Order: sequence, then C-alpha cells, then structure tokens
Amino acid sequence: MSERIPIHILDSTLRDGSHALSHQFTAEQVARVARGLDQAGIEMIEVSHGDGLGGSTMTYGFSKQSELELLDAASSVIERGKLAVLLLPGIGTKDDLKKARDLGAKVAQIATHVTEADVAQQHMELAKSMGMEVIGMLMLSHMGSPEKIAEQGKLMESYGADVVLVTDSAGALLPPTVRERVRALRDAIQIGVGFHGHNNLSMAVANSIIAIEEGARWLDACTCGLGAGSGNTPTEVLVAVLDKLGYSTGIDLWKIMDVAEDIVRPIMQKPVRIGKASLTMGYAGVYSSFLLHADKAAQQFGVDPRDVLVEVGRRRAVGGQEDILVEIAMSLAQKNAEVEASPSRRLA
Amino acid sequence: MEQIPVAVLGSGNIGTDLLYKLKRSKILKPTVMAGIIPDSAGLARARQEGLMTTDEGIDGLLHHGEQFEIVFEATTASAHVRHAPLLKEAQKIAIDLTPAAVGPYVVPLVNLQAHVGEPNVNLVSCGGQATVPLVYATREVAPVEYSEIVATIASKSAGPGTRQNIDEFTATTARGLERIGGASRGKAVIVLNPAEPPILMRNTIYGIVEESDPEELRKSIEEMVARIQEYVPGFRLRAKPLIEDLPGRQRKKVTLYVEVEGAGDYLPRYAGNLDIMTSAAVKVGEEIGKHLRAGTWEKDGLEARL
Repeated sequence: MSERIPIHILDSTLRDGSHALSHQFTAEQVARVARGLDQAGIEMIEVSHGDGLGGSTMTYGFSKQSELELLDAASSVIERGKLAVLLLPGIGTKDDLKKARDLGAKVAQIATHVTEADVAQQHMELAKSMGMEVIGMLMLSHMGSPEKIAEQGKLMESYGADVVLVTDSAGALLPPTVRERVRALRDAIQIGVGFHGHNNLSMAVANSIIAIEEGARWLDACTCGLGAGSGNTPTEVLVAVLDKLGYSTGIDLWKIMDVAEDIVRPIMQKPVRIGKASLTMGYAGVYSSFLLHADKAAQQFGVDPRDVLVEVGRRRAVGGQEDILVEIAMSLAQKNAEVEASPSRRLA
Repeated sequence: MEQIPVAVLGSGNIGTDLLYKLKRSKILKPTVMAGIIPDSAGLARARQEGLMTTDEGIDGLLHHGEQFEIVFEATTASAHVRHAPLLKEAQKIAIDLTPAAVGPYVVPLVNLQAHVGEPNVNLVSCGGQATVPLVYATREVAPVEYSEIVATIASKSAGPGTRQNIDEFTATTARGLERIGGASRGKAVIVLNPAEPPILMRNTIYGIVEESDPEELRKSIEEMVARIQEYVPGFRLRAKPLIEDLPGRQRKKVTLYVEVEGAGDYLPRYAGNLDIMTSAAVKVGEEIGKHLRAGTWEKDGLEARL
C-alpha cells in the first residue's frame, strides 16, 4: 500500500472565526473549542483577534476579552497540537509577538498584502529567533500575478519563513487562478507551500484540493467554516475530502465533525453563508473581513452594502483599510440625497 | 528682515524636497546642502539654486560651519545618531526628520514652545504630523480617553527604511498621540496600498472623548485644520467631523477622515506622507528662526548643555 501524503492543517476557527463573531470570543469558549480541536488531532490551532495580534481596535472591533487571556486559555488546554497566532505588520508589533510566544505560541503566521512582503522581515526574523515556526501569508493573492507571488514568496523565504501561503482573502480565486499561483510559488521557493481559502464563491474546498495537486502541503481551514466573509474552507469537510482522496491529516473525522456540530455551531451568532454581500466580495475581489463592517456602515447610512463593497473594490482597498467603509457609506448616502433633491429628479 | 541661514544634510528625495520648500521661505535661507553621492540629483539641484554643496557628508558640512545656524537632518536614523553630537558641538540646531529621536518630539502648532532652546528636535512620524494636531484640538475641548489612527499610504511612498522597521511607525505615532496629542491611550496602524495610480495619504482618526458639545468639538477641529493648511496646503478633511454618542456611556466618539496631498515640489503629489514631514520641518525651522532673530532661542541654553 502506498504511503499517504501528509497534509498539515491549521485550524483558524479561533482567529478568522473571530471576524464572524465581531471578536466576541470568551476565554471559556476558546478553551472549549481549542480542547476539542486538540483532541480531534488538529496540528496547529490558531488563536488571535481576526486582524491578528494587536487588532483589538476601534477600526477592526474591540475584542471582548484580551487576546492574552484568550491565548492563555487555549494554551492551557492544548496537549498535542501547536498554538498558532497571526500578526499583520502595521497592526501588531514585535512586542505583541513576544507576549504570545511567552504564552506558548509555537507557530507565527505573518501576513502582508500580496505585494508588500518586505514589511514582514523584522517580525519573521524575530519569530525565527524565538524558535517559532513561521508561515508567511500573501493576502489578497488574487490581486497579484503568479510572477508577483513568486517574487514576494522568495522574499519571505529569505526572511526565514518555513512556509508561504497563497492567501485568498477575498474568496475570489478559481481553480485555474489557484493553480497558476501555487505552481509559480512552488517553482520559486524551496520551503513549504500552502493555501488559505474563503468560500465567497463556494470554491474553498475545491481550491484547496487544486493547491494540493500543485504541491501545496499546508492548508488553513475553520471548523463549520466559521470565518470572515462567507467563511473559510470548512475543516470537517476538508478532512473528509482529503481522506477520500488518500491524503493523511492526522485528524479524526468523527471527532472533528463532533467539534463542528456540538461545540462551534452553538457559539455561532448566525450561520456562515454565501449572502449577497459576501458573494459580491468574492465576485468583486474585496477583503472578506470587511463584511460585517460594510453591513453595519451601510445600515447606519441607509445604503446598499453591495454599493459600498463595489466602491471599496474600485478604490483597490487592501486588508486593514476597514476605516474607509463608514466614509464610503456616508458619501454614498450624501450622493443619493443629492440625486433625490436635484430639480430634474423632482420634475420626473 | 534678515533671513536665518540653514543647511540640508542629505541629498535624497526628502532633502531635495526640503530645498524647494526652503527656497520659498521668507524666514529661512538655505545656504549649504551636504550629501555623500557626488552626482546626486539633489546636489546638482542645490548647485543650480546657488547653494554651496559638499559630497563629504557631515564632515564637509561642518567645514562650512559659519554658513548656517540650523541643520535639517534628512539622512537616516543611524546616521543621525552619529551626526547629532557633532552638530551639537558645533552649536548648530538640528531638526531631525529621521526616526532617530535624539531630541524631543515636536509638532508645529502644538508643543514647540515647550522645547525652546533645545539643540535637537525630532519630527515624530508622518502619521504623527498628520494626526496629533487634531487630537490636540479635540483635547482642547474635552479629555481624550482613547485615540486611534489608521494611516494609509501609497506603497511607492514607503522607502526601505519605513518597510524594514514598520514597528517604529506604530510605536512612535502612538506615543505622539499620548504625549503630545494628550490622549490617555493611543494606538496607531499603518497600511500600505499598492494601487496604481498611487493613492493620496489618508488618515482616519478616532477619538473617545468625555461628554462635550459637538459644535465646540467641530469648531476646534476645523480651526486647527485651517491652521495646518497654512503650512500644508494639501491637508484637508474628506468629510465633516463625525461625532456620535456612545450608547450607554457618557462619551462621544469622534471620527475624522483626513487626506494629505503633497505640494508636488520634488516629491510626487500622492506622497502627502512625505510632504507633511518636509512641510512640518520647514514650519519648525521658521518658528526656531523667529526665536533666533528675537534672541529667545537661548544659545546660552545650548552652551549650558555642552
């Protein structure tokens, strides 16, 4: 019997899932989910604010409980797996990373926009020097050509990253565009390659499999798909599919299904689904984390969230620019009011 | 009135943009530019403008020591750490645009008066120059419990120095919001956006402030914007200040959207983040220049520190 190829799974329910809960996880919930994931055999369990360490802000939403408390809660229950954290340079700092390391984080995901890898150098070097495993993420990968991804992946490799992920933050990639990006990265670097998918176009699992066909061995996923936008690649579904395809993940399928059904689903405030706004994000290529912020801003100013998202796309906004959503909604409302008030409109 | 002679140390983009702005000053007169690359565009420009130039860096500059009183440091943080004691020994006032922060942070219109007589002042960061005055204007009406800013700049306007030490920006700017802006707690975020054509610098400023009159807040903020526009013409609010009640708390939330378009002197217009630094530097230089003319920037103070 041939050896099953091992796939490394990072479960981000307690990080990317934080977006879907407007960052309201409690330490008690974190401990319950982390224990379940650990017992199911998840290799890497990520816990952070949705926008990474230091992300608890007015712009991205304040966390209900401090990330240090949440990390501590996870750290105290994880026995087999590794605790992972996310850091976005420009939002989180080296200090945040050191604190997370002190609380037991062993894996650092360091994420930059697909063209800006060089802002991650100091954080990657620090993480390596502290003995952490480093996973570089090239966010909004659909905005970078395969050549650009290869170039930026090489930079991350030179800073000491162990793995680089094609990161489909907008859930906008399709099998052919995943394939060419993962292949370009695979050809350019000697270190591990992986994929982080969102489900805005219902392609997250399929795209993950395409990535594996091109040599990716690291996949991010979230139990119940709990994550930004229409959610992430659902861990339990991914595990089932990988198992059927003959890959090994070390994860117990029944147990991860139980975690999804019995622990994570009751925590969810609303089902993660492909709604008109999140579908628009995948279609227009907008950062999935903008979803709830765009909804809220649109509601506050009485405009259609899709119009807000399309304007975000037009301005080529990148991850971290949540601050423009209210301003866009406000200016759309003003424009609508001007149209209402214009003489031609009144005559008609 | 006699102009105060000044030197520019560093002949790169920032030094050259400074040169353009200094040429327009009624208070300052650029006399020397020092670089280390003989055929740099900046030195060539300076020669055309009739300045003395040297390609021997700080040593060359100090040979012309009798030609200037103020030095604008537009090199790098590590270079300025080396230059600062030499400039001090030569009794030159240093206005430092690098993140070296040898001297105290200054923001024009806010805290320069507190540092009269200092031999060396530092300009915080571009985000600090673009946001601290407005936090201060808010603070003049009501105590600011929390201040947070998101600065978004064009990727093309962020040099290797900024990129390799992006934590410097977030930490320095947050400190500026607290120590100079007067917020009890500050947080800063920076985002680089690679869109083409490059975007203008934008800053969103959030404040949680104690219960206060929204009209007074607006008035104080808008007055400060008008005063900043006197030295940074491309500085503007993209929308009226948004002032909301925080439900269940005796607090107001203030949101300001600021855009900074550069003057397009030597640097491109989108690089408002760099323009506000060179503009603030010239403004600080002019304020110091006025003190020097009036004899109120104590050379004694300088000597006492040597």
